[in-house]
Amino acid sequence: MASLDRVKVLVLGDSGVGKSSLVHLLCQNQVLGNPSWTVGCSVDVRVHDYKEGTPEEKTYYIELWDVGGSVGSASSVKSTRAVFYNSVNGIILVHDLTNKKSSQNLYRWSLEALNRDLVPTGVLVTNGDYDREQFADNQIPLLVIGTKLDQIHEGKRHEVLTRTAFLAEDFNAEEINLDCTNPRYLAAGSSNAVKLSRFFDKVIEKRYFLREGNQMTLSPICWQMFSIWIPGFPDRKRFGGGTLKSLHYD
Amino acid sequence: MTYIDNSIFFLLQILFFGFGWLFFMRQLFKDYEVRQYVVQVIFSVTFAFSCTMFELIIFEILKVLNSSSRYFHWKMNLCVILLILVFMVPFYIGYFIVSNIRLLHRQRLLFSCLLWLTFMYFFWKLGDPFPILSPKHGILSIEQLISRVGVIGVTLMALLSGFGAVNCPYTYMSYFLRNVTDADILALERRLLQTMDMIISKKKRMAMTRRTMFQKGEVHNKPSGFWGMIKSVTTSAPGSENLTLIQQEVDALEELSRQLFLETADLYATKERIEYSKTFKGKYFNFLGYFFSIYCVWKIFMATINIVFDRVGKTDPVTRGIEITVNYLGIQFDVKFWSQHISFILVGIIIVTSIRGLLITLTKFFYAISSSKSSNVIVLLLAQIMGMYFVSSVLLIRMSMPLEYRTIITEVLGELQFNFYHRWFDVIFLVSALSSILFLYLAHKQAPEKHMAP
Repeated sequence: MASLDRVKVLVLGDSGVGKSSLVHLLCQNQVLGNPSWTVGCSVDVRVHDYKEGTPEEKTYYIELWDVGGSVGSASSVKSTRAVFYNSVNGIILVHDLTNKKSSQNLYRWSLEALNRDLVPTGVLVTNGDYDREQFADNQIPLLVIGTKLDQIHEGKRHEVLTRTAFLAEDFNAEEINLDCTNPRYLAAGSSNAVKLSRFFDKVIEKRYFLREGNQMTLSPICWQMFSIWIPGFPDRKRFGGGTLKSLHYD
Repeated sequence: MTYIDNSIFFLLQILFFGFGWLFFMRQLFKDYEVRQYVVQVIFSVTFAFSCTMFELIIFEILKVLNSSSRYFHWKMNLCVILLILVFMVPFYIGYFIVSNIRLLHRQRLLFSCLLWLTFMYFFWKLGDPFPILSPKHGILSIEQLISRVGVIGVTLMALLSGFGAVNCPYTYMSYFLRNVTDADILALERRLLQTMDMIISKKKRMAMTRRTMFQKGEVHNKPSGFWGMIKSVTTSAPGSENLTLIQQEVDALEELSRQLFLETADLYATKERIEYSKTFKGKYFNFLGYFFSIYCVWKIFMATINIVFDRVGKTDPVTRGIEITVNYLGIQFDVKFWSQHISFILVGIIIVTSIRGLLITLTKFFYAISSSKSSNVIVLLLAQIMGMYFVSSVLLIRMSMPLEYRTIITEVLGELQFNFYHRWFDVIFLVSALSSILFLYLAHKQAPEKHMAP
């Protein structure tokens, strides 16, 4: 097994929203039994098939860096965290659907990660004032994930989901809402799984293929056609049937 | 006459309530969402009634308003505060603790009542080893409750004072700052990133192994439960054995990465402090630090003297100061007039600095240890501490006031053994200050060695 290429994705959000559970679910397909406080940064790796089902299928490692802490931390903690923001290829912003403050803090989180090249002045943009231009300019793909969906009452669901749709629009990103203690939200073939794959593919594209130009035009259509024709088939068939492509990258 | 008095008191209480509410929203809970408004209400109410007590002392000194209405308000305020501190806040603390535990969710009320009864039992037992009451008081009188609240509050005050007296010069003075260069920080960061890389490469192996196992149809089940563990001893696929081994290595590396992260954060904090000490403000605080260290040493010395020679000060600093100026320095002035104003200023300063100091400490504490789950419980605990702190401040402040103003406190609080509380304060202060010195010395010694190691 030769080494695969890697991309680095940050997972940011307030403490207690469920980043560690989410990362565990994404990487090990299992629910995290005993979540505890993350000190510093914990990393996990997901093996992802880029452009699955097409002839250009290729396997990549996706490193999910789960950075712990809160936006209001001391500046020494922020400076230490900044060391993890080097050469980031994608950012997943996690917020708690039952806690509005955590959604509002996502603006500050994204600014912290994206502006790490600037000198930290200690003046943080409050939620009213963020600059949409910054996010339009931004080259790093973002994904917004809302957790604890099961704790929202049926009646309030519509209102909460509208609010999060606006949030995702502000970031120019896709959004997924789920419950980290229930793997069925990310079951293969579900719309959430499709969005997730699309996000990871976009990250890989931006990292490896953008300079090479337009290999992208045909493939997404093929890939989407495949996922429409074969909806919801279990992973096992997909892996068992095809052959694992050679893992060398020339 | 009393109608105006009552409305003034009521107005001031609303003012304090609003201040507590704002403090809660703007400072304490600024990163969290307030979902249970009852917590905010309780906090603000505790703050309001505690501040009212101080306001009553000030009114006493300034002789504002009717004396009988003051007495009435003292009694009423005291009753309400004791009600809050002994009945309401502990009950709600128990309720929120129980709400956090999923298992007991159904019978929340029952379990919180049980918790409250346990608290009451220990609270009552607290009074036994201390000689705080004369036996002629009944079981459920104010004196019983106040004496116990006073013991807890005085202990807290002395602990905080002792630690504060030692920590303040330690933080202010730049003499103790370790020398941290940018190169040190870079070296640590490099180590941290290297550790993260090692963790990543191991996790990559694990992820790949899991995927190959999945394709081959084996499933890695972590041994769960009793039978799972027995089974895993006898039968285990080679793939999952490999995984467990790598997982152990990863756990060790993750622990190392956490340590490195905390050390790096520490170094950044020290570097910031070094830069701050070079500024004008920093130099000012450095100078203050020297002054405070002398004050701290003097206080420790006085506490030791008080305990060893078994003496409790009979006169307050104001009267003592006036005596000294009149007798030794020969300056004559109107004692009565000046003693009232000076004690007002002195008592006012003590009150304001202790309230401010406590609120700042509570805020720091809250930021350090709270999370989104436990924020309610912690805020209520802080409200409890604040209430008890303020009640015992009233007990102890009695010593700083001239005799004619002490009477109201003695009347209202009943016949407590005030001398005992001062002695207890001195003892705990001494213990706390000495152990803080020891603790800071050890922490200071240990830190540079960590960085010297390659």
